[in-house]
Amino acid sequence: MSQQGYVATPPYSQAQLGMGGHPGGFGGPPSQPVYGHYGGPPQPFPIPPGGTQHGILGIHKGPVSAPSAMPQPPASSHYGSSVQQNGSYTQGFPPPPAASSSFGQVPQSPYQNIAPQATPSTHQLTNQISNMQISGYGQGPMPTPQSPSRSAPQQPFHSAPPHLMAQTPTAPGPQSPSMGSPLPLGGPPPMGGMMPAPMGGPAFHQLQGQGTPQGYPQPPAAGPYGGQLAGPQPGFPGSFPGGAAQMAGPPQKKLDPDSIPSTTQVIEDDQAKRGGQIYATNLRGQIPPLVTSNFTVQDQGNASPRFMRCTTYTFPCTSDLAKQCQVPLGTVIKPFATIPKNETPLYVVNHGETGPIRCNRCKAYMCPFMQFIDGGRRFQCAFCSCINEVPVFYFQHLDHMGRRMDLYERPELSLGSYEFIATLDYCKNNKPPNPPAYIFMIDVSYTNIKSGLVKLLCEELKTLLEKLPREEGVESSAVRVGFVTYNKILHFYNVKSALAQPQMMVVSDVAEMFVPLQDGFLVNYQESRAVIHNLLDQIPDMFADTNESETVFAPIIQAGVEAFKAAECSGKLFIFHSSIPTAEAPGKLKNRDDRKLFNTEKEKTLFQPLKGVYEQLCKDCVAQGCCVDLFLFPSQYLDLATMGDVPTHTGGSVYKYSNFQAEVDGTHFLNDLRKDVEKPIGFDAIMRVRTSTGFRATDFFGAIHMNNTTDVEMAAVDCDNALTVEFKHDDTLNEETGAFIQCALLYTTVGGQRRLRVHNLSLNCSSQLSELYKSCETDTLINFFAKSAYRAMLNQPLKNIREILVNQTAHMLACYRKNCASPSAASQLILPDAMKVFPVYMNSLMKTPAMVGSPEISTDERVLQRLCVMAMGVEETQVLLYPCLIPLQNMDVSSSVLPGAVRCSEERLSDNGMFLLENGRLLFLWLGQACPSELIQSLFNVPSFAHLPEELNSLPELDNPQSKKVHAIISAISERRTNRMKLLIVKQKDRPEILFRQHLVEDKGLHGGASYMDFLCYVHREVRQLLT
Amino acid sequence: MATFQEFIQQNEDRDGVRFSWNVWPSSRLEATRMVVPVASLFTPLKERPDLPPIQYEPVLCSRATCRAVLNPLCQVDYRAKLWACNFCYQRNQFPPTYAGISEVNQPAELLPQFSTIEYVVQRGPQMPLNFLYVVDTCMEDEDLQALKESLQMSLSLLPPTALVGLITFGRMVQVHELGCEGISKSYVFRGTKDLNAKQLQEMLGLTKPAGQQAGRGPQTTQVPLSNRFLQPVHKIDMNLTDLLGELQRDPWPVPQGKRPLRSLGVALSIAVGLLECTFPNTGARIMTFIGGPATQGPGMVVGDELKTPIRSWHDIEKDNAKFVKKATKHYEALANRAAANGHIIDIYACALDQTGLLEMKCCTNHTGGYMVMADSFNTSLFKQTFQRVFTKDVQGAFKMAFAGTLEIKTSREIKISGAIGPCVSLNAKGPCVSENEIGTGGTCQWKICGLDPSTTLALYFEVVNQHNAPIPQGGRGAVQYVTQYQHSSGQRRIRVTTIARNWADAQSQIQSIAASFDQEASAILMARLAVYRAESEEGPDVLRWLDRQLIRLFMFHLRRSPFLQVFNNSPDESSYYRHQFMRQDLTQSLIMIQPILYAYSFNGPPEPVLLDSSSILPDRILLMDTFFQILIYHGETVSQWRKAGYQDMPEYENFRHLLQAPVDDAQEILHSRFPMPRYIDTEHGGSQARFLLSKVNPSQTHNNMYSWGQESGAPILTDDVSLQVFMDHLKKLAVSSAA
Repeated sequence: MSQQGYVATPPYSQAQLGMGGHPGGFGGPPSQPVYGHYGGPPQPFPIPPGGTQHGILGIHKGPVSAPSAMPQPPASSHYGSSVQQNGSYTQGFPPPPAASSSFGQVPQSPYQNIAPQATPSTHQLTNQISNMQISGYGQGPMPTPQSPSRSAPQQPFHSAPPHLMAQTPTAPGPQSPSMGSPLPLGGPPPMGGMMPAPMGGPAFHQLQGQGTPQGYPQPPAAGPYGGQLAGPQPGFPGSFPGGAAQMAGPPQKKLDPDSIPSTTQVIEDDQAKRGGQIYATNLRGQIPPLVTSNFTVQDQGNASPRFMRCTTYTFPCTSDLAKQCQVPLGTVIKPFATIPKNETPLYVVNHGETGPIRCNRCKAYMCPFMQFIDGGRRFQCAFCSCINEVPVFYFQHLDHMGRRMDLYERPELSLGSYEFIATLDYCKNNKPPNPPAYIFMIDVSYTNIKSGLVKLLCEELKTLLEKLPREEGVESSAVRVGFVTYNKILHFYNVKSALAQPQMMVVSDVAEMFVPLQDGFLVNYQESRAVIHNLLDQIPDMFADTNESETVFAPIIQAGVEAFKAAECSGKLFIFHSSIPTAEAPGKLKNRDDRKLFNTEKEKTLFQPLKGVYEQLCKDCVAQGCCVDLFLFPSQYLDLATMGDVPTHTGGSVYKYSNFQAEVDGTHFLNDLRKDVEKPIGFDAIMRVRTSTGFRATDFFGAIHMNNTTDVEMAAVDCDNALTVEFKHDDTLNEETGAFIQCALLYTTVGGQRRLRVHNLSLNCSSQLSELYKSCETDTLINFFAKSAYRAMLNQPLKNIREILVNQTAHMLACYRKNCASPSAASQLILPDAMKVFPVYMNSLMKTPAMVGSPEISTDERVLQRLCVMAMGVEETQVLLYPCLIPLQNMDVSSSVLPGAVRCSEERLSDNGMFLLENGRLLFLWLGQACPSELIQSLFNVPSFAHLPEELNSLPELDNPQSKKVHAIISAISERRTNRMKLLIVKQKDRPEILFRQHLVEDKGLHGGASYMDFLCYVHREVRQLLT
Repeated sequence: MATFQEFIQQNEDRDGVRFSWNVWPSSRLEATRMVVPVASLFTPLKERPDLPPIQYEPVLCSRATCRAVLNPLCQVDYRAKLWACNFCYQRNQFPPTYAGISEVNQPAELLPQFSTIEYVVQRGPQMPLNFLYVVDTCMEDEDLQALKESLQMSLSLLPPTALVGLITFGRMVQVHELGCEGISKSYVFRGTKDLNAKQLQEMLGLTKPAGQQAGRGPQTTQVPLSNRFLQPVHKIDMNLTDLLGELQRDPWPVPQGKRPLRSLGVALSIAVGLLECTFPNTGARIMTFIGGPATQGPGMVVGDELKTPIRSWHDIEKDNAKFVKKATKHYEALANRAAANGHIIDIYACALDQTGLLEMKCCTNHTGGYMVMADSFNTSLFKQTFQRVFTKDVQGAFKMAFAGTLEIKTSREIKISGAIGPCVSLNAKGPCVSENEIGTGGTCQWKICGLDPSTTLALYFEVVNQHNAPIPQGGRGAVQYVTQYQHSSGQRRIRVTTIARNWADAQSQIQSIAASFDQEASAILMARLAVYRAESEEGPDVLRWLDRQLIRLFMFHLRRSPFLQVFNNSPDESSYYRHQFMRQDLTQSLIMIQPILYAYSFNGPPEPVLLDSSSILPDRILLMDTFFQILIYHGETVSQWRKAGYQDMPEYENFRHLLQAPVDDAQEILHSRFPMPRYIDTEHGGSQARFLLSKVNPSQTHNNMYSWGQESGAPILTDDVSLQVFMDHLKKLAVSSAA
């Protein structure tokens, strides 16, 4: 999140008050520091590292002494309580009446432990100071607490830092001990020891303290003691409303990073509680385990959370309530989600020529929610309440419970997810579809030849084509393949099995694309293997001495569409493209990258695809069921916003390998490609989300195309495509009946069968907001917000979006505070338990490259992230926004368990450590400078850190337990991710470390954006504002 | 001097020229009264094995507007080393190389027997010959196979240095890149979109990088000798043979009730464009092989719905043929582009139905290309004809010449009105161009892209001398024909024919003018004019014009011929017949107008008989040569004998000989004629006998047979007038018009 955004925006100007912890935003007058916090030239405080640090230190320093100087029993007791809050609330502490039962907060006196904590808090504080020093590279302006009156006091505060400078030297002293404290964190229980008080007193102090100076505009040097004391204390007693996790604002200087809610802890707790267990979907509105947890689903009438996951499992009964809480009602649907081996695959139901049984009125499909009445002769639709006759062949008697006798014999009556065989009525032109085809389109312009891509790819295809996806239980794949190479003209290949050698057909008329051959373009790989191999051998040689550097783009997609049209099938294009298409052809692009637009009103234009050709192309692709997967190998800007438009509207993926070199990036690319080719997929899909009365699906986010407001069209859906659906109320929902969602997807299988996949989910409804908050699913919520924010990027300035996000966060929390939490002091930040870590994700979302306009991040990179996120499922957004940081230096070589993750923050790193960080897209191996030589030796086969080569591209596989273990960890991580991740090895203090640091999401963003702590403080401020 | 008959014959043999009048009336007024204009049939490449080309270049008159070539008619001052141009009277210095000339040491061009002389141009590079095959793939496998074999065979007939290229088409058009190893490459074009030369050049990657051109300097001006699409036969004949061998029928599915989509228009356009941008003004043949009409894209002549038949004359008259005009325009444009670059377009159309020759005729007619029409590629008609294209002369050179231009120079009293034949105007105005246009006029130069030894043009002149400006006694009018062309050896050659004819005063010397009338030449010249008008104007008007114009001429058969009558002929057939008529020499043309009929019987040696129904007798075998058809007709009795198998009995050997005699004669004609005629062996009552019956003069018809008695001849069931009736009318009219 960019602080300047807050500062510069009028609605947030108040924020400054609370933003003591944001060192960036307050240096200048509110209007001025638009670029300020990035440390860019226009900064009034142009990052003289020393000076700034001093300043920061100074500011912190003042308050630091305050809490430490005041050993308050209350504070420490709070600390203790927070141990329980974080560690054990889930374990069923008796619920305080005000809060929901699942929140096991013991309303203890928060003051117990503060005395022992007093000293450490100083340490932590200084620790944080040092933290800020490091992470605050670009942070120019001083955090200047302002008085609430916001007028005069600013001046004195400006002068404050110099005062405090004197005290700076003292900070480093305590720092070293404090550095020690995070270290133990590296161990498996990161929250163990003294750290497990994320909500602890210190945090309290800090936040409150932060508030205090405003309340008491005194010169910090002099005033902190009294002022701060006065502030926090009144707040403390009431600060434990029992059920909810809470945050209060202790003096800013005392922030203890361990004191705020920890994602890793939450994940670990959930894994401990629900991991390894069976999750049976028999209950309405049941909240599934977290995406990170390892559980087994047993379908007992509701779709597995792998297929559908909701933002909340209890919908508010009325739209008023929904509006009040502002918690979005949505579900993330991943219709083809991979099912683990130990779970039952979907049953396929065949109703013969009549096709699936449906409600006559709303056309909902037969599902467990349908009520059979009248002795089984009729059924009432759960979605529209229409009463339908049961077809004769489908009739079955009911038992004494009113359930059909054959309930358990029929998947569509007993399961949440199942498939129907579709009849011809569900097929295009009433003709059974042909099996889909894959066309490989290889850019053979100079760049791709030179980088070695073409050679690598052609070699790989020979083996890859053996592994085309195939129908369950079928010997060989029915998917046909075709090949095209191109630069500014296209070359099609006839690889009919009867030919002795392949035939190349050149189409240079790119203005009106067509496919030059009918027979022999799309072939069965097994039959034409010899010719295809011959071709793949020749392609690299044929273009070996090309000097053509211009390419076309839209025509090749057009060609694919035409090919599928001619073959009357759907399919997928794999396009391996190098550069911005500048050749004279439809869809020609020019460089419109302009970083001057960053952070301006016009920034959105950079993300908007160009209309016209590509827009039409999307439509054509979707109509034909042509999915486009784009593999890009650019060396510079290529207008990804436009080029990625078609892939993202057709259920395809975009991969980007900047400055590709076959030797370096080859493996990564091939891994991606293999996964992409082999992945389970359905084609020519159309999806409809039906809901029971009272609400309906209003908005859809994802890699989809929509011609009207209800039908979601996807040229293809694979196991990773997820779309997010938002629901709105039409009417009042009934607590009794609950809410039903049915998602029906009509598609063509890789074998050429037309099928219907149906997912059903039932949710609770409640008129109590607390119920809603209790059933919230943070990971899904953040997925929802990420997609909606990323979509909004096309139309609104980022500044507004960030504002909205913060507003909404604050609003949700404030509403909770107001309606669900027991009364407490306004100075406390109280988070619903289910949304405890929501702010860290939200903050991380606002710091993602796409959302932060930094000149150091290329436009294409931002666009790429935007496009990728649009199709992401919950699992992926979760890890993207909160990467997994795994310490390796103390790993247990003998155990098969992954070492526990630690919080994504600089201070968790240590000079003598080694860490693995992954966010689902990138995988870093970070090596501390003082990394033990033995570890280096066993992993890299060099004697010590100093001996490591400049460029470390890969991790050798060595025959020793450490190396094996690390490789095992890496492959275990990669296994559960959508993308194959490229391993980047980063040495501490090395230049590439910056890349790595961007992903330490709890810290202040390198390119702008607040630290977790600061954000929390800020949100708190906002909440307070809302509550008053 | 011998008779005019001999004079005419001698002139034809020596110069390939036949004039309608061999003594010219001396004034415009008299000339116009003659009805038949002063005109000549000229065969530029008349075979003259006795005429070795001379290895230097012609000497030209220095007057810029004249540039006539030194010839035997010029007056030469051997002492002053001067010569006077006989056309413009300019006195010219001989060039230095002629320093040694004298009365006894004359250069060949001054010798009277060298009124026709051929020079070899020494400058400039040797030009390659280009053969670009444009092959339709929408045909039955059997046909395609035959065609492939013919094409493969033709490769062996080409000189090794000739460049060949291959374009195939069906729904798409493929330009094949030749000489690729390991993979066969082709450039594919949509059959519905026409491309101009520049677009094509870009799409085929034939544009040279700009930098290269600038850097190399003068070298780049040289035409590249080959490119990826046109390569020397010796390099790629294996490759091309394989490529042809692998040719498949157009793979795009043809739904029931549809014609295959055939992109002929675009294919031709690409062929023209390809040569245009690679070998302009270099001899090239675009040989187009089509198995049906163009059904899509520019140049389409019929839609792909089988239920709509291809246009007939009836449709055209009723203005129901919606594609004709557009297609004709397309092909005309192509023909003109090809002609401008000196490229020939040949069309070999083999299909049972029409293929659109009507629309495409200008392609061949403007460029001197061949048009061949047959039922299938799997017929000897096509195979032999195609093979005959590559006939070589005694020196082993092809009997074809490329990229020719013909220039006419005339003396002052006479001007050139125009030409009719396989040529286009070069729009060269000059002092000898008449304002009065006949045929392709308004110019003194024509481009004749394709020439063979029989290619004959009709050239029409106008006497412009005024009545009151008498020509001096003994004055002669002269015409010089200068033909420049690319010999098949790659040499550039110039053939110069200079002729002169006496002037005569029509009032005083009418007899000598009348005696000099060349009836045959005049008939053909007028027929050409008539056909030209028939082609360019609407039908019935032409007949009326002809009747008016030629009332005094014997034109009965011409009137009935397919050249003017479209009844019973498809538009394609008409186009085909007219095409042949417009380019063949006098003898062949005569056969076309009035077929020759020979009778074989036991009564005596074979004899020519009247082309009349009365010639059809039961005990005769008739051999008819219509140029397009060779027909053997066995009379009723003969055919019964033959059926009874008498010819196989030793005692009836004479009958066998009788049967054999016309067959032998027919074979002789078949072997020498191009295009090969259709050979028909039929008998009395046979269905194919209709070809004979339609040609003979219907002296006996169902209307009058009884009055003529039944003993001789065969009645023809027709309402056409017989020669007798025609003559009666003619006489009546002649008298009345004289009155």
